[in-house]
Amino acid sequence: MHGYANPARFLKLARPATGWLLVSGIMLVLGGFYGGLFITPPDYLQGNTVRILYIHVPAAWLAMAGWASIAAASISQLVWRHPLAAVAGRAIAPAGALFAALCLATGSIWGRPAWGTWWEWDGRLTSMLILLFLYLGYIALASAERERGGDGRMAALFGLVGAVNLPIIHYSVLWWRTLHQGQSISITQGSSIAPELLWPLPLTMLGFTAIFAAVVLMRMRTELARQKLEARLRRSAAE
Amino acid sequence: MNHWAFVIAAYALVGAATAALILWSYLSMRGAEADADAAKRRR
Repeated sequence: MHGYANPARFLKLARPATGWLLVSGIMLVLGGFYGGLFITPPDYLQGNTVRILYIHVPAAWLAMAGWASIAAASISQLVWRHPLAAVAGRAIAPAGALFAALCLATGSIWGRPAWGTWWEWDGRLTSMLILLFLYLGYIALASAERERGGDGRMAALFGLVGAVNLPIIHYSVLWWRTLHQGQSISITQGSSIAPELLWPLPLTMLGFTAIFAAVVLMRMRTELARQKLEARLRRSAAE
Repeated sequence: MNHWAFVIAAYALVGAATAALILWSYLSMRGAEADADAAKRRR
């Protein structure tokens, strides 16, 4: 990781990676959308609403993976003082917040025909709503710290403490058996979803993950360019 | 109940929001890198 602590070395890798990730991500997502909307059959019980699975699950995964990445960046910043860690945290947060909001919105749209309600104070839904609020808090705190010229340590602490919510989201369907269905896909136990319905899901999962990574790289490049400009302007003013 | 209306609404929302995120990030990056390059050339 410290090999990429130098922004110039990081940019050398990030510049070509941004385009590749973006193009491959868009292609995978479009392929997954086509398969999910036009090729897979409707579910015997849920009918066509099951097609929301292909966008809802990647949104949930990215909302949680986004915060896990913020927590990893926070550790890197607090323990090893990695110079790009705070930049990475600030770059991840808006994309993670968007996918948390999309997870809640698509879940709500799915819930109306499947459960007969737009919203329920169920363990999974409530813990995901808390994750969205954590993202908004992190964005506000990191922006305020940056404007005051701070090193982002408070935001890093907040990012680390907020990670407590991740296992709560994951195990909420086991701890509070209310409305949200239990886990359908597990690394150890495989999937309970029929293969003819499942295959577009890896495409959209990979595709949205690549798009997320491309967006994070673009936002990191934006912040590094702004830092470079600010440093140059400060030097010019001092001369 | 017509399920397709819910499916289309969900896909349209995700597609539009993702496209807006990509566009916003790309335009911000292009603007910031162009400003930094212009400042470098001025020196």
